[in-house]
Amino acid sequence: MVFNVELPHVGESVTEAVIGKWLKAPGDQIEKYDPLVEVITDKVNMDVPSPASGTITKIIAQEGETVLMGAVIAEMETADGEVSAAETSEPAASEASPSLSAGRIGTLVQGANVGPTGGEFVDTSLTSTKSTASTANLGDSVGSSSRQRGFSPVVTRLAAQHSVELSSLVGTGLGGRVTKKDVLAAVEAGGAGLVSASDQDVSGSEQVIDPTPIRRMIANHMVKSVMEIPHAWSAVEVDVTGMVAWHKANRSGFETRHGVRLTYLPITLAVVASSLKANPRLNSTWLDGKIVLKKAINVGVAVAAEEGLVVPVIHFAADSSIVELAGELDGVVMRARSGSMTLEDVQGGTFTLNNTGALGSIWGGAIINHPQAAILTTEAIVKRPVVVSDGETDSVVVRSMMNICLSFDHRIVDGAEASEFLQSVKSGLEAINLDSELE
Amino acid sequence: MPEQTVIEAVRETMQAEMRRDDSIILLGEDVGSRGGVFLASDGLIDEFGENRVIDTPLAESSICGVALGTAVNGMRPIAEIQFADFVWPAINQLVGEASKVRYGTGGAKTAPMTVRIPYGGGVRGGLYHSQSIEVLFAHTPGLSVVAPATPYDAKGLLASAIRSDDPVIVLEHKRTYRLVKGDVPTEEYTIPIGKAEIKRPGTDLTIFTYGLMLHYALQAAEMATAAEIDVEVLDLRTLRPLDEDAIAESASRTGKALIVQEDTPAVSISSEVAAIIGERCFFDLDGPITRLGPPEIPPMPFSPLQEAAFMPSPEKILAAITKLAEI
Repeated sequence: MVFNVELPHVGESVTEAVIGKWLKAPGDQIEKYDPLVEVITDKVNMDVPSPASGTITKIIAQEGETVLMGAVIAEMETADGEVSAAETSEPAASEASPSLSAGRIGTLVQGANVGPTGGEFVDTSLTSTKSTASTANLGDSVGSSSRQRGFSPVVTRLAAQHSVELSSLVGTGLGGRVTKKDVLAAVEAGGAGLVSASDQDVSGSEQVIDPTPIRRMIANHMVKSVMEIPHAWSAVEVDVTGMVAWHKANRSGFETRHGVRLTYLPITLAVVASSLKANPRLNSTWLDGKIVLKKAINVGVAVAAEEGLVVPVIHFAADSSIVELAGELDGVVMRARSGSMTLEDVQGGTFTLNNTGALGSIWGGAIINHPQAAILTTEAIVKRPVVVSDGETDSVVVRSMMNICLSFDHRIVDGAEASEFLQSVKSGLEAINLDSELE
Repeated sequence: MPEQTVIEAVRETMQAEMRRDDSIILLGEDVGSRGGVFLASDGLIDEFGENRVIDTPLAESSICGVALGTAVNGMRPIAEIQFADFVWPAINQLVGEASKVRYGTGGAKTAPMTVRIPYGGGVRGGLYHSQSIEVLFAHTPGLSVVAPATPYDAKGLLASAIRSDDPVIVLEHKRTYRLVKGDVPTEEYTIPIGKAEIKRPGTDLTIFTYGLMLHYALQAAEMATAAEIDVEVLDLRTLRPLDEDAIAESASRTGKALIVQEDTPAVSISSEVAAIIGERCFFDLDGPITRLGPPEIPPMPFSPLQEAAFMPSPEKILAAITKLAEI
């Protein structure tokens, strides 16, 4: 029997994915759970296992195509007895002039007598608004079940007419639906959404690159964050001379004892996690007009992988020792760089830490990892002459200094709370010295 | 320009037309010495006499049968049905016979008759004084059905109906009779049958409606400005033939259609408008074609609270506007 292969729901907040490479072609035999197709989401790349054993008969979603979770991506022929998910579940909900003078239209006479012979009339129709009976026939398709089932006819037509790349637009409609207005705004702006560059003559001085799926995902994610979250920024400088000294003194012993690399990252991560514990507002999300505080402190760590930025998550970071953090970071960064991350590796982040200093940066205004409340960058550690006060005496000394820069969702916190958090991280890092017991 | 209520516009239009054309007669229950149950023909018997303003027995089949007989023999009768709820005995004369005269005689005969029918609820009329009966006639080829909602439209469309060489059903919403007041030019004018009118231009969505609901829709559109929703309101005015071009033009322009009616929605005017929009505007739609109407129960409850719950209201329309606009 024909079996519809649907794109499985792979994780929280993932609504769509890009089809990567089909590992089987029509005609191929496949066993249940064998890898069938590679998909790319904005969080992770993964192999989708075959939901049944049988023969692939048709590939519906082509490589590079963006499809919604739950959509049928292929058909296969199975032996009798295998029942398609689509057949067992409930049927899916339906996919989803001239201005007139007021006088011409007329005005309503207050308290007008309207009985058959002009008798007195008591109007109750305007005072009762609670009834639901009369809206019973308001098209059910307006309900939640139909949202986000694709683009409306006019959106599709306008996009084709004006060469707008719909997947690059951020929808303002219900559930992020791209509306007619969104397309017209993109045409008006003549900007991001237009794909005209690849269609039209491009002079020899320009080269047009089709972004990879993951590049496009990153782009959409960034636009969404900037569109939705009112960003504000704050930065402090941290004297990390003590931390640098501790790291230098303990690094090789640590690596011998524990078998994992020791960078500055697990140290800052531990301090950041404990500061988040003390400032729970920074570990939250803005959801439908409410602030949702997250109990778990799961810190995402931005990693520059070959194809682009990925953000593996260190779960329950506040409950781990530096040794444990170093071990987890080591593993996850390696998996990120080799493109072998699991969903678990990228899910559930509540805050993001980005060590931009590794690239030599000394200041940054990062874009928040939507829908989190804030992102912190640790910048390059540089030796600088610093004025140090010892009682009455000021002197200029050479210290290892590092800037830390926070981007925060101003709906959730104000500058005062952001500064409190930054001061907490700063004092936590500055407290480290050669005598510290960090293991 | 004098201000009139709908009922005054109806009365003066009949009077002016009867002065203009001697072949026009008026017949119905109590239309003579009583002046009509709503006083639509008040005083006309004094001016035109018993031969042109005829009190009939309580027999709607007779009223419409006589109207049809006089019409095919050269007169221009205006029949009044006291309440739409009483029109059922005359269905044979109207749907079964009058609608077929021109076609059935190969154009040799026509039936230039007007049937005025007060309809609609919101007047605490209960089951037998509140019905919306437009669908029965609007479904019938050979009949025209108009439903003016303003004094201006009442005059222009009634004049067109009286002058039409084919039968026209004029539906007057009885709630609007003394509720709606507006400018009506003294001079004679007609409004073409089959022409809708945009009563309020807008850009975000269009409400398609008629009758009393026009006024509720306009109120709701005004309320929606608070949420910066710019609502267009199109008054269908004629229910057969529907102004398909105007409907399609507006729906295509705004991309979202909300159809509001007082009649129960199943197999109704709103079904037809939705079909037109679906057929002609598919590639311009940016939301589901949406209908707002009362629940599917035999209209209409007598209890004031239940009647209010049954009838669409500006608040209910506003809720539908908001929902559709947000999509």
